[in-house]
Amino acid sequence: MRGVALYTALIGVAWCALFPILWALSGSLKRESEVATPTLLPSHPQWSNYGEVFSLMPFWRMFVNTVLYAGCVTVGQVFFCSLAGYAFARLPFRGRDTLFVLYLATLMVPLTVTVIPQFILMRTFGWTDTPWAMIVPGLFGSAFGTYLMRQFFRTLPTDLEEAAILDGCTPWQIYWRILLPQTKPAIVVLAVLTWVNVWNDFLWPLVMIQNKSIATLNLGLVWMQGQYVSRWPVLMAASILILLPLVLVYAIAQRAFVRGIAGTGFGGR
Amino acid sequence: MASVSFEQATRRYPGTTRPAVDHLELTAGEGEFLVVVGPSGCGKSTALRMVAGLEPLDSGRILIGERDVTDTDPKDRDIAMVFQNYALYPHMTVAQNLAFALKVGRIPRATIRDRVRDAARLLELDPYLDRKPKDLSGGQRQRVAMGRAIVRRPAVFLMDEPLSNLDAKLRVQTRNQIAALQLRLATTTLYVTHDQVEAMTMGDRVAVLCDGVLQQCAPPRELYRNPANIFVAGFIGSPAMNLFTLPILDGSVRLGEVRISLPRGIIGPDIVVGIRPEHFTVGGDAGFEIDVDMVEELGADAYLYGRMSDSATPVIARVDGLDPPQRGSRVRLRTAPDHIHFFGTDGLRID
Repeated sequence: MRGVALYTALIGVAWCALFPILWALSGSLKRESEVATPTLLPSHPQWSNYGEVFSLMPFWRMFVNTVLYAGCVTVGQVFFCSLAGYAFARLPFRGRDTLFVLYLATLMVPLTVTVIPQFILMRTFGWTDTPWAMIVPGLFGSAFGTYLMRQFFRTLPTDLEEAAILDGCTPWQIYWRILLPQTKPAIVVLAVLTWVNVWNDFLWPLVMIQNKSIATLNLGLVWMQGQYVSRWPVLMAASILILLPLVLVYAIAQRAFVRGIAGTGFGGR
Repeated sequence: MASVSFEQATRRYPGTTRPAVDHLELTAGEGEFLVVVGPSGCGKSTALRMVAGLEPLDSGRILIGERDVTDTDPKDRDIAMVFQNYALYPHMTVAQNLAFALKVGRIPRATIRDRVRDAARLLELDPYLDRKPKDLSGGQRQRVAMGRAIVRRPAVFLMDEPLSNLDAKLRVQTRNQIAALQLRLATTTLYVTHDQVEAMTMGDRVAVLCDGVLQQCAPPRELYRNPANIFVAGFIGSPAMNLFTLPILDGSVRLGEVRISLPRGIIGPDIVVGIRPEHFTVGGDAGFEIDVDMVEELGADAYLYGRMSDSATPVIARVDGLDPPQRGSRVRLRTAPDHIHFFGTDGLRID
């Protein structure tokens, strides 16, 4: 009996999450005249809507840009967050825990507060409307990522580290050759979350980028919406195309992702 | 090969009042197998970690050979350690685990290959060189941990309860293997354990530690025959030695109906008399009577748990397992005078 209620609730939640996506998928195949009618299946699927996306916006160009930004930031995050996480978890130094709490507290400052100072910083560097503005600010880790990696490093047995010390490893070698390979589940979680974050980010690119040739997909979508207000099916098709790579990333990393979430103590069980 | 010495070595953990290791003065000779034994929390692992360089000293020195290594980095101490949980690197194969320390030490590749091969052959690990630790049994993992120490050809082996994660049967087997291996390699070995059987069977000498203080360091037989104090007497031997605190009357004490005359020159109101359970004989007219509360039959032997009939003092006796007395019966125990140990009320042995 409990099972039935539970599954009913879960199906309800899943439906709420999936419905907008299904609606966009169906809308992307409809004719403009049909978009507003509340039917889930289009009467005559218009696959040409997808073709039009490529002619109305420089899709591949923007796709490559977004992959480049997301890739660089993800690699940077994984590297610097794991390095900082290792230090906060395992290297004894004065004021370590105070520093960590202070760093963690920055999570409470919302992005909107820091956008203007960051913009000014970028302008000072002369990086506005350049790829640097998209890559560099996110490259050097985040409080959340550092927290995630620190928690995971803390779960690793100290014996492993001491064995490495006796084997003659330097702190860097302990991190790089012994402990980092054990943190794979946490790294997958951090990488997926970072990738999704950069991919979905809208506010920062909007502030930073005007040049079409270095814009992200999300910017492209919004610009297209401004130009072709009424062409909802094409906009939906573009949305679906932007969503696909994320689904793909998650599908590949899903098992490791779930294991990582459970392993770092963020899970429900 | 080198000796290892603790010279007044002391380690006090921050925030504790009592040192974990207190002015330890102990030397393991060249090629000696020295077992450090004691109850949990006695500081035995801390002492080992002090030699390894994983634990700093608050005062005193550690010498390896003639060299003072008190402030030397672990990697420069010429030691290798076997951990209780083995601490094998999970992402490396057995071969990579064995070779890692040598690789870090920039040993030529050909030498590494030879040494790994030799160690693998010695420990019968050849078939598993390409496996990861998670695909090995407990015994195999233990051997890899040993191999990792052996390939380095260190002056000293440090072993921290290396058998405690094995099942009973495998433990006996591995115990003998380690002892034989040590004899063959003749490498000075410091071996920490809480298991007195391991201590008695493996060590050339055994050091008994309690509350961070060395109680006695002697060959196993000496430890058993002439325990230096009440703690060692009670710790070595299973079941533990019977200890009776008795008042002295006219240069002798009474244990039940038995009069035991004391060595000359003993003063003080009380004395502690110790008799091992295995040194009692059942039957006859001499000796004292006990009421048997419980009998543990172990096959070859049986342990009698009883109380003295006149004073209710608990007594344990080991008897032949063939036809032991029944629970509830009343039996007479006696012992030979040379099996009786005397201790002062300060805990020290009296000869």
